[in-house]
Amino acid sequence: MEDCLNIADKSLSNRLFIGTGKFPDKRIVKDVIRASGCEVVTVALRRVDEDSEEENILDYIPENCTVMINTSGARNADEAIRIARLGKAMGCGNWIKIEVISDNKYLLPDNMETLKATEVLAKEGFFVFAYMNPDLVIARQLAKAGAAAVMPLGSPIGSNRGLKTEELVRIIVNEIAIPVIVDAGLGRPSDAAACMEMGCDAVLVNTAIATASNPVKEAEAFNLAVKAGRLHHLLGSIKTMPHAKASSPLTGFLRDIK
Amino acid sequence: MKIKINGKEEDAAVFTSLADLMASKHLEQKAVVVEHNYNIIPKEKWHETAIAEGDNIEIVSFVGGG
Repeated sequence: MEDCLNIADKSLSNRLFIGTGKFPDKRIVKDVIRASGCEVVTVALRRVDEDSEEENILDYIPENCTVMINTSGARNADEAIRIARLGKAMGCGNWIKIEVISDNKYLLPDNMETLKATEVLAKEGFFVFAYMNPDLVIARQLAKAGAAAVMPLGSPIGSNRGLKTEELVRIIVNEIAIPVIVDAGLGRPSDAAACMEMGCDAVLVNTAIATASNPVKEAEAFNLAVKAGRLHHLLGSIKTMPHAKASSPLTGFLRDIK
Repeated sequence: MKIKINGKEEDAAVFTSLADLMASKHLEQKAVVVEHNYNIIPKEKWHETAIAEGDNIEIVSFVGGG
């Protein structure tokens, strides 16, 4: 039976989500999405700049991909709610990644405001994906408020530092019934694999792919890593030993037998 | 007439409607969403939305984001 991720109103066969920010050339996004195998991509909303001829990012996203709109730029729950409603009015469905950030140095999410926005938007019928600091108590409250998934950070956005929050994410994975998607900071395919081995349901990667020397190849690498990590998770954990256990026969030869 | 567009105060000419304003900015064909005094106005209602002194207008579109 195929291993699917049932999340919000979808059943996904790929567990890598891709962010579309920071690509030096938007035209590459289509190839990146294809190489990554991803079925969910994130986009952001911005004020229109009359003076620039910026292209519509949606032109580069295949139609079979689910678009998740993030609320980046929101500094509190009210702004996040406003951005979510504007995003929905754009006509790309109702998957919303709530991102409320008031700290500009580390871009850490404001869990309390995120919870407030989740309570309102879930009631309005949005599928809420809550970007959060990995905190079990808040994760439980987000689940209770109707979030479709929680998205704990691995390390600060764009830092490529990997899964620095491992122990806290593990607790959430073990205790929360809704999907857990590690978002932010994953820098290498091995970081993504580690998340999946641990039992996370998916990962979201943007900077590590968008700023790679070859984003298309890096997207492929992340796709393989996510699949490998997931497969290992499904097989169950391996035994560890305090001492060696030979993999080859140790019966002595080329020596005298006493 | 003074109105605020995307947080910036503009000394705007008199617009007969929101549709008029959007056309003057060459945005009527773009994939955008407009908020007029905190209410989202669907495109089909632009022409019947009057613009008045002190109005607050936000015009947004999609960009790449993580």
